Amino acid sequence: MENVPLIHILIVSNTLFFIGVYGFLSRRNMITMLMSIELILNSVNINFAVFNRYLYPHQLEGVFFSMFIIAVAASEVSLAIAIIINLYRKFKTIDVEETNLMKF
Amino acid sequence: MGPININHMIDQITFYVIAAIMLVFSVMTVTTRKILRAAVSMLFVLVATAILFYILKYGFLAAVQLTVYAGGVVVLIIFSIVLTHQSGQKMSKQSIWQVIAAGTIALIGLALTIFTISEYLFQPASEPAIESSVRNIGLQLLDYNHFGYAFPFEVVSILLLAALVGSIVIAVKPSKEEKTIDEPTVRPTTNNPVKH
Repeated sequence: MENVPLIHILIVSNTLFFIGVYGFLSRRNMITMLMSIELILNSVNINFAVFNRYLYPHQLEGVFFSMFIIAVAASEVSLAIAIIINLYRKFKTIDVEETNLMKF
Repeated sequence: MGPININHMIDQITFYVIAAIMLVFSVMTVTTRKILRAAVSMLFVLVATAILFYILKYGFLAAVQLTVYAGGVVVLIIFSIVLTHQSGQKMSKQSIWQVIAAGTIALIGLALTIFTISEYLFQPASEPAIESSVRNIGLQLLDYNHFGYAFPFEVVSILLLAALVGSIVIAVKPSKEEKTIDEPTVRPTTNNPVKH
């Protein structure tokens, strides 16, 4: 794997990150915004693993950070989906433009 | 150039195929108007990431990625899609200004980061590589002396417990008893002085 240049993998993961940012800013459906956040976290995981393999192969810190990010992402998704389902019961929609109860 | 190493070439080809799959399906995730299709595209991106971890020789990380992300998170998201959407329903179109603004921000950010990482000089450490086996990962994860990760491990287990309890508390349906608790007529009549 070391004969693929580091910068190619970094370009791929950064593109993934900003595709996620684009999705988060342009979508107005809560579940698709959540999916964009998952893409962003995923690209960060790739960065951690790649830096660990290419720059610091004598330690395992990137693997641990990726594992903790995966755990945090899993708990975040479960909470977000609980909130989305609760919101759907109140408003019958999960579009963030139409859930305007707290707007003044 | 010496003899072409077949294994290196296989690694390179695998990486570029995986990168193409990841980019195409992540673009589909954020642009398609059918939400179930977006979820399935995200599943492909996550599986491709697991394969990337595998060819980086982090087999355990690939397994965690497959079980937690591709197995857990995607199923959870598909469940919530099924609970909140009619089948075959398309999402409403975004306004063109929103798409332009989001695309501009993303493109500027992408150009900035790619410029920065192409300027930066990465210097690999020269120490010999450690084997990323499950044994080494487990030993360091549960160690509390030599830069081990025992404390974050405990913290993240508390976080998972809190998320479990919290999502149950948030998503639970209010039962009928709770709804009528402040109406005095449905209270059980234990306070009646019948027995005296």
